[in-house]
Amino acid sequence: MKKLIIALLYLLLLPNTTFSQGISIVKISTIDQLISAKSEQTQIINFWATWCAPCVKEMPLFEKITLNDKTAKVTLVSLDLQTDNSTDKVFKFVERKKITSTVLILDESDANTWIDKVDSHWSGALPATLVINTMTGKRKFIERELKEGELEELIKQVK
Amino acid sequence: MKIIIIVFAFFFNLVAPIAPKKGYDVGDMVADFSLKNVDGKYISLSTYESAKGIILIFDCNTCPVSKIYNSRIIDLHKKYSKLNFPVVTINSNDETKSPEDSFNEMVNEANTKKYDFAYLWDNTQTVAQTFGATNTPHVFVLVKQNEEFKVAYIGAIDDNARDASKAKKKYVENAVDALLEGSIVPITKTKAIGCGIKWRDA
Repeated sequence: MKKLIIALLYLLLLPNTTFSQGISIVKISTIDQLISAKSEQTQIINFWATWCAPCVKEMPLFEKITLNDKTAKVTLVSLDLQTDNSTDKVFKFVERKKITSTVLILDESDANTWIDKVDSHWSGALPATLVINTMTGKRKFIERELKEGELEELIKQVK
Repeated sequence: MKIIIIVFAFFFNLVAPIAPKKGYDVGDMVADFSLKNVDGKYISLSTYESAKGIILIFDCNTCPVSKIYNSRIIDLHKKYSKLNFPVVTINSNDETKSPEDSFNEMVNEANTKKYDFAYLWDNTQTVAQTFGATNTPHVFVLVKQNEEFKVAYIGAIDDNARDASKAKKKYVENAVDALLEGSIVPITKTKAIGCGIKWRDA
């Protein structure tokens, strides 16, 4: 019993290595920059929220890219602040799911002023994903839950 | 052989679908529909004979954005039904994808929240498709013109989902006020973050 307590304490005190990166709270200008700044890496920008079930379901597909494809850069943009006063849920979610992709929390209220800046075809429904190759200038915008293998296909299409 | 090709081309011309319509735009006249209300009765736009217009909202039980706007939707009806501009809500979510949006759950929701406006069940999703509704809550303000309804506004309820008291632009109220005064709707189209309508798998 004593050993178990010591082991548990040890676990609690261990620095959480999987959750080492910070989550930034950003304005739309940061997203604009991600979309337009020239980058060797294909930019994959996913708009999600902790309350959006299909978003949560497709998240492993983005994690797979982050872990396996160094030519692509995934940014998961949380829109939780649209409905929630606090960012707690996002932090807890990222920690619990051990998300390794970059997570940003967008802090902008009037969505009507910035949805078109992301993509004019976006209705505002979640999830939504933007795949951009800033070198070729090609981009793909998908407003629905992605299927297994679809992200890899989209990355090829913008090459 | 030539004939076959010609016949083929002719056939395809006839059956090839024209690019699927993406729903109504502002200014379009709306085709009437008939959907089951939570009280079991079927309701059409023509049911609202004396209405000057309708605040039609694609909504549901489950979406957090819908939940946060729920009291604002109830208030819209309170304010505008007296002025013959009632709220009508429609749930188009596929119940196999979102079981808590089933008809029975809609009835429960309407009873719990004491809805005094229609909450219609679009179980075939055709009304949502015809309108081009994409997310919840998604508002279409309709104004009556020569016994028909015309789309006057499409989009969000206001510019602040999180906090009603901080909303600066009340898009729907401004649109309905303008229509009631007979003036021009100031902003006719807006966008907001919402839950995608849970479409049935094709």
